[in-house]
Amino acid sequence: MIALLLRDLTLAIRAGGGFGLALTFFLIVVVLVPFGVGPDSTILSAIAPGILWVGALLACLLSLDRIFALDHEDGSLDLLATAPIPLEGVVAMKAAAHWVTTGLPLTLAAPGLGMLLSLEPAAFRWLVLSLALGTPALSMIGAFGAALTVGLKRGGLLLSLLVLPLYVPTLIFGAETVARGADGMATATPLMMLAAITLAAVALLPFAAAAAIRINLR
Amino acid sequence: MSLWEYANPTRFMRTSGVLLPWLWGLTGLSLVVGLVWGFFLTPEAENFGSTVKIIYVHVPSALMAINAWLMMLVASLIWLVRRHHVSALAARAAAPIGLTMTLIALVTGAIWGEPMWGTYWAWDPRLTSFLILFLFYLGYMALWEAIENPDAAADLTSVLCMVGSVFALLSRYAVNFWNQGLHQGATMSLDKEENIANVYWLPLVITMVGFGLLFVTLVLVRTRTEIRARRIKALIARERMV
Repeated sequence: MIALLLRDLTLAIRAGGGFGLALTFFLIVVVLVPFGVGPDSTILSAIAPGILWVGALLACLLSLDRIFALDHEDGSLDLLATAPIPLEGVVAMKAAAHWVTTGLPLTLAAPGLGMLLSLEPAAFRWLVLSLALGTPALSMIGAFGAALTVGLKRGGLLLSLLVLPLYVPTLIFGAETVARGADGMATATPLMMLAAITLAAVALLPFAAAAAIRINLR
Repeated sequence: MSLWEYANPTRFMRTSGVLLPWLWGLTGLSLVVGLVWGFFLTPEAENFGSTVKIIYVHVPSALMAINAWLMMLVASLIWLVRRHHVSALAARAAAPIGLTMTLIALVTGAIWGEPMWGTYWAWDPRLTSFLILFLFYLGYMALWEAIENPDAAADLTSVLCMVGSVFALLSRYAVNFWNQGLHQGATMSLDKEENIANVYWLPLVITMVGFGLLFVTLVLVRTRTEIRARRIKALIARERMV
């Protein structure tokens, strides 16, 4: 399973666009927002938590269809499905690789972009913490969506339609954490909820995703 | 005699064919009685004026919007466990009806909200979770449409329905956390002191029964259509073989 993780990471790095694309997209979304709402820093700092979380979510969405599609095309997904390791483990590792290539860089880049949106200084650590806790759930839920649509020719748009409603709870608690952090309020409750969603998603969704892949490979 | 006998499409077609005229009649009767009673024979409510009458469409459709998803969940589980095709087709048939009910609830709510709250839309937890439910229905139906192999489509949508149910429930409580409500609480619970006044209660129950019957009837009709469509496909495939 570690070998699979390393293989996916290597593929993502060497094929290009793995790390860079999602990050660049995140940067562009954040840069576009001030053009849309005006450069007033009070407005920007009020909406910054939400924009940063929505931006991270969309950037995450962008690379979801790659999780299984490429492996499905060249047939290695069939090999993985018949390999001696459980398919659930394969799915979890694929989601982990997706997180390392998108969620982790997004988390690390978020403070810099928070500065662009004049986020409250008190909120920066909460931003990083909430993204670090929440993005694994985004990757795992996304892997489930990708597993559902893996056999489809034009699955991309359908994938976003399926996955975005599933992202709602994560987004609510994530953005709420940052917003509360910015106002200096207690953030323990949304953070705990966020962690609960991530843990439950990582624990349960591999089974659903593996079931979907088995159906698709039938 | 058990419920599972209706998993046989022929048997299902025969029984539902006999039941349908009765169901249509009962649906029409309860809807006409409930709506006419509610619209014309109840007094105008204090603070609400005549807008209170929207309740006779708003509440039953909201009720059925949620129950339709529950029915889809049960039908999906039956399909996954016992592989009865009628069950999968019934889940597929229920989705557009549930979507329509959600839309009716949202639209009548908006029409009601304008005179009462001064706005068509507010990001209230109940309203928001209904909008999310609407998106879930859209995703579910889109997945059915996108997959060509009918058995794979039934399997995948069942998995989506189960995972979606968990997330829909989660979203319901997450939005509670996220914003305070403008929508009033439940006024029809059996265990509360403060309930809706009796004059409104009875016609409302009748319309709720009517909407429930309407849902059952429409699901039966649409399931029959799906079964016929599947038979036609099988016949065409057989023609080609010859």
